[in-house]
Amino acid sequence: MGVLLIFLGGVLLVIFYVINTYNVLVGLRNQVKNAWSQIDVQLKRRYDLIPNLIETAKGYMKHERETLEAIVNARSQAMSSQSIGDKAKAEGMLSDAVSKFFVVVENYPDLKANQNFLALQEELTSTENKIAFARQAYNDQALFFNNKIEMFPSNIVAGILNFTKQEFFEIPEAERAAPKVQF
Amino acid sequence: MILWELIRENQRRSWILFIAMGGCLLALGYALGLAWMPHQDGGVLGMMIAALVWFVMSLISYFSGDSILLSMSGAKEVNRNVHPQLFNIVEEMKIAANLPVMPRIYIIDSPASNAFATGRSPEKSAVAVTAGLLSRLNRDELQGVIAHEMSHVVNRDVLYMTFAGVLLGSIVMLSELFLRSQYYSLGSRRYRSSSRDNNQAQAVMMVVALVFAILAPILARLFYFSLSRRREYLADASAVRLTRYPEGLASALEKISRPDTELASANRVTASMYIVNPLKLSQRQVVHAFSTHPPVEERIKILRSMMKGANYKQYADAFSKVKGNASLMPASALADSEPIPLRSSSSPAEDTRSSKQKARDLGDLMRVLNDYMFIPCACGLRIKIPPDFNRPTLACPRCRRQHDLRSARPEPAGSGA
Repeated sequence: MGVLLIFLGGVLLVIFYVINTYNVLVGLRNQVKNAWSQIDVQLKRRYDLIPNLIETAKGYMKHERETLEAIVNARSQAMSSQSIGDKAKAEGMLSDAVSKFFVVVENYPDLKANQNFLALQEELTSTENKIAFARQAYNDQALFFNNKIEMFPSNIVAGILNFTKQEFFEIPEAERAAPKVQF
Repeated sequence: MILWELIRENQRRSWILFIAMGGCLLALGYALGLAWMPHQDGGVLGMMIAALVWFVMSLISYFSGDSILLSMSGAKEVNRNVHPQLFNIVEEMKIAANLPVMPRIYIIDSPASNAFATGRSPEKSAVAVTAGLLSRLNRDELQGVIAHEMSHVVNRDVLYMTFAGVLLGSIVMLSELFLRSQYYSLGSRRYRSSSRDNNQAQAVMMVVALVFAILAPILARLFYFSLSRRREYLADASAVRLTRYPEGLASALEKISRPDTELASANRVTASMYIVNPLKLSQRQVVHAFSTHPPVEERIKILRSMMKGANYKQYADAFSKVKGNASLMPASALADSEPIPLRSSSSPAEDTRSSKQKARDLGDLMRVLNDYMFIPCACGLRIKIPPDFNRPTLACPRCRRQHDLRSARPEPAGSGA
């Protein structure tokens, strides 16, 4: 009888532990998802801003076809990529193209004096920053979640209940360093 | 995780200083009570009154401290259209600091350069910057300043400094009350009839109380200022961690520290809330121990010697390099899991605006805050119309074209949400 009670108690404890761990993991996974949606909002915002920017700049920059096309291509590639890894790579290329564009703009004083363009530039710069900051926040969350499902004993529960590691939003090394411009 | 470590360590230190200041207040109350009422339980009563004063003032400042501060500084809540860049930068820092809601944004109608944050919790935060600051700083510098102010909110500095400020205020108030009453009642006391023994006891108590009344505010100030300075360094460290660009804050501090105009509405009570000490040079104490802010040159030097990364560890290293062997943070907070690389500038390399253009932008911003109306005329002139201009039509001063003001009057941009 006593042995049975101890056994039942042990089983109950394990069940409670599994339920609790499951809830914690779900909460963490939702936080990762939320952090991802923060990035997503900003990425969408950038997709929306770029056509306006090109439209404004086109008239002034007749000889910079390549620069403008690079942005348009990078944008469409980023919009069509699916997995987080692909997306990160494409978004890195887009950031790169945009910052190259802003370097070229320095040669066009008329464009730089255009109020509409200045407003767009501010919006785009801010969106780039927001993406970078949101990326940091997302990666922090993803790291915390991944640690949790790898560490003992929560890794057992995570394994049984099919929690998988979240992919980091890493921009490839070469593109991470923003181009340094000297005037 | 790391930040929590830091906040907890901060809280522990703050509590020690709090208890020391609270002790000052109670001791002062006790001495004053005894001095005023030597026959009854004056000491205990005095302590109770002191505690009550502090409690009531704390309640008031907890529930309406931010609105008092904002209205005292003449800050106006603004909407996005008044200064889109400021809104963008605050939003960036909101994302970086992982705040639950967007802080309210205020602009102070002043040509001086300063900024402060308020709000007892991250959910109820607000940042205020002066119009002068907005027109003087570039994007990166402004971002550094906003990051510093948001760090005060995230690190709960606003809450602690408000309570510590109220504690200090109560002590100063009580001791001044006592000193003044002594000054005015010196004459009348002589005629009070009382036995010689009692007189002697009361005279001794009076001397003790006087000493307390003079010493307590000085001691409390020392505690308060050391509390405040430490938090400034930590807010700098957090700001770098958020922006990953120490040079932005460093050059902003450099610009702000050579002010061409002083912030008129800053007073001693609100001084510790600002990013640099807003008081006039003559009011700024020479003694380091009595300053709410660490020397700006030192803060800049620390920021500029951060070459490797934006973590707390790098700031602490730079701190001990500049300040000798002093340590700023507990070792546990420095074990940052992942290195945070510095980024490069996101502002245009040079500020293309002339000083004339800057002055014009500042003037426009201050007009917007004061509900001026702007009407673009077909001749290229932008007519600025004060809010108390009541006539229905106006002729352009350059081309004499008539403008209908009733249809043109938009919602006042400065009145905010």
